[in-house]
Amino acid sequence: MCRIFYLYGLSRERDKVFYNHMNWSWAWRSIGHWIIPWGSVSMRKQPIFTFAFFLFHVCLFAVPIFLSAHNLLLEEWVGWSLWTLPDRVADALTIALMVTVLFLFLRRLVRPEVRILTTAWDYVLLTMTLLPFLTGFLAYHQWGPYRLMLVLHILCGEILLWVIPFSKLSHVLLWFFSRSFIGFEMGERRGARSW
Amino acid sequence: MSESIDKPVDVQQIKTLLEANNGARIKTWLSICSRCGLCAESCFFYLANDRDPRLSPAYKFKNTLGLMYRKKGNVDREFLKKCYDIIWGECTTCKRCSMYCPFGIDIATLIATARSICFSQGIVPEGLARTSANYRETGNQMGMSTEDFLETCQWMAEETAEEIRGLTIPIDKPGAKYMYTVNAREPMFYPQDLAMAAQIFTVAEEDWTIPSSGWDCTNLAMFAGDKALAGHVVKLMYDKALQLGVEKILITECGHAYRSAAFEGPYFAGCTGGKPPVEIVHSVRLFYEYLRDGRIKIDPDKILTEPVTYQDPCNVSRNGGLWEEGRKIIQFLAEDFRDMSPNREHNHCCGGGGGYIPMGPEFKKRRMLSGRVKAEQIRNTGAKIVITPCHNCFDQVNDLNKEYDLNVRVLSFKEIITEIMIVPEKFQPVDEEEAGDDE
Repeated sequence: MCRIFYLYGLSRERDKVFYNHMNWSWAWRSIGHWIIPWGSVSMRKQPIFTFAFFLFHVCLFAVPIFLSAHNLLLEEWVGWSLWTLPDRVADALTIALMVTVLFLFLRRLVRPEVRILTTAWDYVLLTMTLLPFLTGFLAYHQWGPYRLMLVLHILCGEILLWVIPFSKLSHVLLWFFSRSFIGFEMGERRGARSW
Repeated sequence: MSESIDKPVDVQQIKTLLEANNGARIKTWLSICSRCGLCAESCFFYLANDRDPRLSPAYKFKNTLGLMYRKKGNVDREFLKKCYDIIWGECTTCKRCSMYCPFGIDIATLIATARSICFSQGIVPEGLARTSANYRETGNQMGMSTEDFLETCQWMAEETAEEIRGLTIPIDKPGAKYMYTVNAREPMFYPQDLAMAAQIFTVAEEDWTIPSSGWDCTNLAMFAGDKALAGHVVKLMYDKALQLGVEKILITECGHAYRSAAFEGPYFAGCTGGKPPVEIVHSVRLFYEYLRDGRIKIDPDKILTEPVTYQDPCNVSRNGGLWEEGRKIIQFLAEDFRDMSPNREHNHCCGGGGGYIPMGPEFKKRRMLSGRVKAEQIRNTGAKIVITPCHNCFDQVNDLNKEYDLNVRVLSFKEIITEIMIVPEKFQPVDEEEAGDDE
């Protein structure tokens, strides 16, 4: 959040272009076309990657938020909880996430145009994203030492959340800003589309 | 590359420039790029050069502006020379990649920023530096004197008045609806372009004028990274329009001139709100309105029968939103229209944009190589005529035509419209006897 406020202040000072052409309709259309699977030409040109990366993102959010075990804890702490996924479905989604991580990992290694951009940090971040799911999965099935797995699971999850604002993972929030900007930069300013 | 090759780099100046540009936009873009590689496929440099991963847009901005920020401006001339090769030789700032990036990172802006930093250290393609000197001296890229320009207008008016009765080229007419601005190469090398525009405006009974200063709407300083000069150039045009009190500024069939006048120029010139002081209209838009409203009528017997395709100039279609207008004009002009694939705002840059054509022989070989994508697009349509409302596309497609034996003719809208429009009775030239009757 601090980062967002900092960027807001900075943008007020240095990015007049952001406010000069602001237009909600173009911003929403820009977000909409990119949040719907295959909603942009770019995604339609890479159908398999798009499938994998949507599955990845859906699992990434759905499993931790709607997992029944997490919601039990939430219930204990704050007295209310969210709708929960059946354990079997959550299990399947976790496996799907691990498969997509593997896919993204391999894609980085195999595709030359991705490999050349990739830094060690990209692999580290991908692994850091995988670990909470892997340890959670193992803990749930009580494979390996349960207590250790649980501690590792919590630790990895915390680390991941801490890393978000300081890495490219900040796109979890900033994506909406950058998408909106290009939406009205191309739309309101130039009368053209960005998807 | 221009002189001052061995001058030491002014690191302090680079730092200042980097800091001035280090707003929320660039900070966000540089930090969230997830290196997914989706932009690669969008770039014609990448596609034309056997998918060389070093030509992917993300690689290009990371290794130029990205590194400048990472090194906090502590770079040497050797590094900037490497940047030079990338930001001018491998990018035309066509902005296609920003449509393919899931985050919508505007890579062209990042490249343009890197260009302005290289420029500050005297690193800039010679072809562009030459035009900068001309702009500074005369306000136009070809260094044409006002006298020569006005003479050319007069000469064209006299010559064309023989074909269209009552044709004039009004200079500095106060309060006109359109102030028509041109690309300096028109009066310099293709004066008939001026004549053709005059024919169209006369037949459409337009209230128009050509300004005696600020008439060159091109802005290559924008591509040279010289923001101050780019502002000066565009201000000449705005100021003249305000002085004459015209309603709108009309841009000739030129792509980057529209980008400069309508979109980037207001920022270079420091206009409030990022909008030009006078409405900017591109010829494609106006010609479409003439045809739609019947102010220009096409002779049905003269409609083009040969297969025709349309080269979308990046700065008219993708960055100008006028892709449908261009196509609608063609519906009036030709029977057999064959669109390229991809087309409209997704069309590829011809390879001559972003200052590439004026960068000249130093870059010609690369220009021909990377133009392969465009050449294949054209060949696949089977068209015999390529229409394009942009001088750089025009030159590039002509060069590609020779290089790849495409066997096409390249035409602008003006050329076709003047060739096949109906000239109403009252504008028909009069015979000597009839003239006698009239008087």
